[in-house]
Amino acid sequence: MAPTPRKTPLHDRHVELGARMVDFAGWEMPVYYVGINEEHRAVRARAGLFDVSHMGQFEITGTGAEGLLRKALASDIDRLDEGQAQYSFLLNAKGGIIDDLIVYKLPNKVWLLVVNAGNIAIDLAHLKSFKHRAATITDVSDETAMIALQGPVAMELLADIWPKKTAAPETGKPFTIVERVVAGVPSRVAYTGYTGEPGVEIMCAADRAGDLWDGILARREHGVVPSGLGARDTLRLEVGYPLHGHDINPKTTPIEASLGRFVHLGREFMGSDVLDKQAAKGVKRRLVGLKIVDRAIPREGYPILSGGEKIGTITSGTLSPSIDRGIGLGYVPEMFAKPGTVLQVDIRGRLRDAEVVKLPFYKKEA
Amino acid sequence: MPADESYPADLRYHHDHDWVRVAGDEATFGITWHAQDALGEVVFFEPPTVGGRVEADGSYGSLESVKAVSDVIAPLAGTVTAINDAVVESPELVNEAPYDAGWLIRVKLDDVAAVEALLDAAAYQATL
Repeated sequence: MAPTPRKTPLHDRHVELGARMVDFAGWEMPVYYVGINEEHRAVRARAGLFDVSHMGQFEITGTGAEGLLRKALASDIDRLDEGQAQYSFLLNAKGGIIDDLIVYKLPNKVWLLVVNAGNIAIDLAHLKSFKHRAATITDVSDETAMIALQGPVAMELLADIWPKKTAAPETGKPFTIVERVVAGVPSRVAYTGYTGEPGVEIMCAADRAGDLWDGILARREHGVVPSGLGARDTLRLEVGYPLHGHDINPKTTPIEASLGRFVHLGREFMGSDVLDKQAAKGVKRRLVGLKIVDRAIPREGYPILSGGEKIGTITSGTLSPSIDRGIGLGYVPEMFAKPGTVLQVDIRGRLRDAEVVKLPFYKKEA
Repeated sequence: MPADESYPADLRYHHDHDWVRVAGDEATFGITWHAQDALGEVVFFEPPTVGGRVEADGSYGSLESVKAVSDVIAPLAGTVTAINDAVVESPELVNEAPYDAGWLIRVKLDDVAAVEALLDAAAYQATL
């Protein structure tokens, strides 16, 4: 029997707002409040507020913290100054992606990892398997709530609930983190997100999450709307961000997933020998973006074909609300990965032309 | 805006959440409020071709929301006489008015009497 899904500290607010709740990675989460398309468009045009408290947070401390992270992460943490962050990966010995995450260098020699909700236990076990005695790994997921505020007016809204006498929110650079009291709630404010929009992900104590959520939604004059995981998924797919367990997994490497730019080679870390080889010799398959030419929607699991032969499988797909076309990600042999290549996707028995396109699918007009 | 929940008494229902409105030997098919609510915002309707056959309990097309695909099931057998082009253009009509502007196809029925075997509104609601 499946265990009862867990609830975030904001659960009652979602129900009160009329959200459609679904089980996601063992958590009861809002998939939408009013509708996926409407929330998607609100985030692109104004701002959306997301409860992402299901995500995991680990704090790594101790004199061995850096030693552990140098071995466990595919990015070079020595490139980070205090207050900076990197997108990174935990890899297995074959270079496969155990999880993708963001690593933050906090003050006082504390490192913070934000990981996928469904991988918390696996990631913890993996980090502990390095048996690094001088590094302490503390899972603070249960005590920590996380709220994402994303969209072009996010910074303007944040300025209203931001402490005076500190640099304005819009001066924050992408992939940095600061500690601020936001709407009266002591928080870690990270300039990161999963939507392709400017915005922040704010972490605070679980028992203060309601105050932070209410404090942001009280600024409705900016046009902020509560947004669910449905819009979060279409937003991330439009900008080509992968979803672990779908587009990337322990059997795919960052190089195959076209995420090599986030990996810093020339160092020794778990899986680095495989990545070194792939970087030098190339890979057999690569994750590409596919745009369906006709009006049809690719879905996870649909076959990708060329010349009538199956060459791959869609790993994520949707109708893009911004470009009104079916879009998807999938792995294809390297020879078919060039943008402009026309392949076919078998959409419930009908072959539809699909063009390999450079990611992201959607880019804001300057 | 999504419609409010309702199951009009003048329609007949198929247990797979489809409705039928009979006028003479022609019938209009659509999906119920419950079906559109479960599906979420409809973004795509793949209709059958006019002149083609539909069979009772058989799929005649598909509706897609952002998250899911659902076959639409014919409550009765017959020949397709019209498809709702407005829904092909604006699939959200299925959410906004599932029993009116959001109808899907019209069918010339093989056997008008077969409608008597379908559920009435009360019997359908009892299945939900």
